[in-house]
Amino acid sequence: MADLIAQLDEGNPRALPRLLSLVERRDPAGMAALAALYPRTGKAAVVGITGAPGAGKSTLVNALAHAARAAEMRVAILAIDPSSPVSGGAVLGDRIRMMDLHADPGVFIRSVASKGRTGGLAPAAAAMVHCLDAAGYPLILLETVGAGQDSIDIDVLARTVIVVQAPGFGDGVQAIKAGILEIGDILVVNKADLPGARELARTLRGSLDHPEPGEWEVPVLLTDAASGEGVPAVLDAVLQHGRWLAQSGEIAQRLRVAASAEVLDGVRNELQRRLNAATAGSLDQVISDVAARRTPPEDAVNAILASLPGLGGAASDQRGG
Amino acid sequence: MSTSTPTRTLRVLIAKPGLDGHDRGAKVMARGLRDAGFEVIYTGLFQTPEMIASAALQEDVDVVGLSILSGAHMALFPRIMEALRAAGLGDVLVVAGGTIPEADQAAVREMGIAAVFGPGSTFADVAEFLRTHAPSRAA
Repeated sequence: MADLIAQLDEGNPRALPRLLSLVERRDPAGMAALAALYPRTGKAAVVGITGAPGAGKSTLVNALAHAARAAEMRVAILAIDPSSPVSGGAVLGDRIRMMDLHADPGVFIRSVASKGRTGGLAPAAAAMVHCLDAAGYPLILLETVGAGQDSIDIDVLARTVIVVQAPGFGDGVQAIKAGILEIGDILVVNKADLPGARELARTLRGSLDHPEPGEWEVPVLLTDAASGEGVPAVLDAVLQHGRWLAQSGEIAQRLRVAASAEVLDGVRNELQRRLNAATAGSLDQVISDVAARRTPPEDAVNAILASLPGLGGAASDQRGG
Repeated sequence: MSTSTPTRTLRVLIAKPGLDGHDRGAKVMARGLRDAGFEVIYTGLFQTPEMIASAALQEDVDVVGLSILSGAHMALFPRIMEALRAAGLGDVLVVAGGTIPEADQAAVREMGIAAVFGPGSTFADVAEFLRTHAPSRAA
């Protein structure tokens, strides 16, 4: 573990990829290294890019990385793609649209499988972001699985959320209905060359609340990410949002929300794991008894809780009131 | 500690080096390996040796699969192996697929490419080979 951190600090190019792999599978050596590195984190601008599949997320991420490099910022990209629910395997293809970045040592790209997690992220996304942050990347772009109208937690992990839309994915009302706009700090209408782009931008602008003085005013920006047109303005908006977060004090709140989500998520996962382990042999019979009306559901719940080490029957005694 | 998984998912980079634009085989193989439980990173066409090595490094893959149909394997493979070694990835398992004539296969293996999967190879064969030969990792 100390080795891994020393290698990271020396700039050994294999250290960060290795650390990410270890952290992704919650290997004890990786988790120990992350624990030691954690105090260094919290500095990077973590930018989430989300939107419907096909709106141009990968292409925008690629173009944003180019804009960042033109401004001499090092940039890390975490690109999340779905896992197969059947095999657990995945085809991670986001690098295809980032090909021209492969040769640049100032760009680090890592593809991650969502491993069945809904909401567009991967189970280890927060921990992996910490690693990239600790490695000193000032800008981290987080590309989510194309989210539709699903639950979304990119807004918790990222400090700045870009929601990408494109004309032709239903009218602007669909975008408003989807509920995804609310989490956007920056709205991007991509494929600006297509018919309907300007109208979509107008609809989006019209749907936004007018900010109170001192509040962030969500910009609606037109891009053609494939050619790079309009993308430097998006990077400017990202940097401006970062300054607003710092000046308004909103940053403390965002870090708190992210920390809270990460801790409670970790607790839930661990409880689930213990529950699975404790009931592995007995659950079938309990469920059969409930289904056959031999046991009431509530009794089964209490019996399972009573069998969990450390949770005992006390929890149900303290309920009510 | 709490939850380290005993079997880890193997990560495979599938790369198309050189100038041939035929990636059907590479995509079919990517899907086949996904269905066999691998995480496959597919990088698209026209990869230089340096791009392949950089992607293999950043993605921390266990296996690099090279798909080639242009006939340039004898020129490209040594440069790819050299780029991988230069990136400190000499221990990564490298395999090849596509159209590599029987006559070249001994020379290709000599370069450090562990296996050549030509037309007719099954996903099961490839998956089995990768699981058996991927470098094991201490933590």
